[in-house]
Amino acid sequence: MIQWVELSIFVVLFVVVTVLGFLASRWRRGATLDHLDEWGLGGRKFGAWITWFLIGGDIYTAYTFVAVPALLFGAGALGFYALPYTVVLYPLVFLPVLRLWSVSRVHGYVTPADFVQGRYGCSLLSTLVAVTGIVATMPYIALQLAGLEAVLRTMGLNGVGLAGHLPLFVAFVILAVYTYQSGLRAPALIAFVKDILIYLVILVAVVYLPTKLGGWATIFDAGAAKLAQPSPTTGKPAGSVLLTSTNQLQYVTLALGSALALFLYPHSVTGVLASRGRDVLKKNMVALPAYSLLLGLLALLGYVAIASGAKPITNNATGRPDTNTIIPVLFDQQFSSWFAGIAFAAIGIGALVPAAIMSIAAANLWTRNIYKTYLRKDATPAQEAKQAKLASLVVKLGAVLFIVAVDPQFSIDLQLIGGVIILQTLPTVAIALYTRWLHRWGLVAGWVAGMGYGMYLLYLIPNPAAKKLHFGGSALTLDKLDVFGWHPFAGSQTQIYVGFVALVVNLVVTVVVTAVLRATSVSNGHDETAGSDYHADEDSDRVKPVAEGALSSG
Amino acid sequence: MSAPPSPSGLRVSAWNLLLLVPFLMLVVPWFNSMEPRLFGMPFFYWAQFAFVPVGVICVAVVYRMTRDEPHSSAPDLLPEVDELDEGTAR
Repeated sequence: MIQWVELSIFVVLFVVVTVLGFLASRWRRGATLDHLDEWGLGGRKFGAWITWFLIGGDIYTAYTFVAVPALLFGAGALGFYALPYTVVLYPLVFLPVLRLWSVSRVHGYVTPADFVQGRYGCSLLSTLVAVTGIVATMPYIALQLAGLEAVLRTMGLNGVGLAGHLPLFVAFVILAVYTYQSGLRAPALIAFVKDILIYLVILVAVVYLPTKLGGWATIFDAGAAKLAQPSPTTGKPAGSVLLTSTNQLQYVTLALGSALALFLYPHSVTGVLASRGRDVLKKNMVALPAYSLLLGLLALLGYVAIASGAKPITNNATGRPDTNTIIPVLFDQQFSSWFAGIAFAAIGIGALVPAAIMSIAAANLWTRNIYKTYLRKDATPAQEAKQAKLASLVVKLGAVLFIVAVDPQFSIDLQLIGGVIILQTLPTVAIALYTRWLHRWGLVAGWVAGMGYGMYLLYLIPNPAAKKLHFGGSALTLDKLDVFGWHPFAGSQTQIYVGFVALVVNLVVTVVVTAVLRATSVSNGHDETAGSDYHADEDSDRVKPVAEGALSSG
Repeated sequence: MSAPPSPSGLRVSAWNLLLLVPFLMLVVPWFNSMEPRLFGMPFFYWAQFAFVPVGVICVAVVYRMTRDEPHSSAPDLLPEVDELDEGTAR
């Protein structure tokens, strides 16, 4: 049954952001949009507030808003890893992000792979980083769609088959068109609306719902009781409101691994490079944890949903209950329909902002590090911008087909895999910001080893609840850890995050191969960056002019 | 205009060590318990919320205490308009 009041409010707010998206192309415009600095990085001039909303829109996505509470709803304390993840994130990246900004500003880099190309002068290495980035980003975009679709289905647009995906398709075509026209300025402007709505909804939810349901003590007790019941498929309890002896290591490695991975994702780098200067970034590293507080409170809504007795909706396209609908269902049942409409619009717009940034980031990678490197070496800045606009359309179309063609559960699994694979670029991108000691071929070897071993470990993980034998999640039981047939932790039931194990393997192989190549004096490529490049600020005379060469090329 | 950098471009400040403090949050056994509760919320949850301001303070102190390349034109105190992003790009 279609919820007309909710749907009307949703549509009105959606139309408002659509208008904003189109107007964004005129917002603080530069001389031309026919340059990646302008279309893909918003003119590299965003100040502290805009950057705060933009990076916030990047990190705290619709998927986060529906999936993190859904994880607490289904598994308990483990899902709360999102809080330590976003607390250790900023101290961790504070220094490297500043170095990345400075060196990119001096040399005009648009993507992390541009930096690797400049640092090592090695096309193979920069292509590996670019391809890894694109592959890891695609399922992430698809997940934003899954979040948007969860909201649409809760409002009653829960059709069967291809027609069931039609509302999603319409929403995405609109997004694709204004991103094409306005570039990064569109999500930057829409992020304001998204965050104001999200803050409003969450603050109301975490104050109003616990009062209505008898207070936090009652809510946590209800959660503990429900999670302690044995699951019908596995016979074991689904989870617990505290960590157990077997999942503590998983909790810590997942939080740390996710924090290490986040600023390796191309869309996070796009948000960073679009900012005006180092001081803007520093302020943001102090101010962004405001979102962490929000995310932690939001996560607890998973327990609120248990206490309220909410049940996930069955997705009519797959015929199975979709736990991602649990938060929309909670809002639908507990709020008046007009406020539920605002909440759904907040989540829906929360999907559009990161999806736009991600598609722009993937398009930048394609254009700079594949198209310009291999297909058209003499491309002018205007041709680059044109290519990136077209690529952003292809990326979004691919993400929609993804959602239509495959089970949403599969895109969640792919997202877990995405985190594991993007981590494999850490030595090549993050460590290279500090030192060139690691050898380029050592980095290639480490990437191959970490990627291969990570995929192998993911293959080993079953998921009895979903009746899957392989790729059932990212928590590896140490018992299964196998090094060429040797099981170093045989019998241990302790779980660990696969990405972390794969990264360790990657680093060990990189260091060993580097030591050998250094001993044999194999060439380590050409470095075009200088030490002082990593500290240059916006007023330095060494920074490259924004959108250089755009006018001369027409 | 910049101070002569070391060949690797690394600049070390003892204040940066403060950035390690929030990582104490990863020592899970310290707070993996129900009691004491705060507003009915188990210790496991509110203790981690309490780490959010710890992280903010550590990063803020490092921000205040470390300086970039000396600016020739811009003084340390930024004008108020800059805070609101009203100033046009340079």
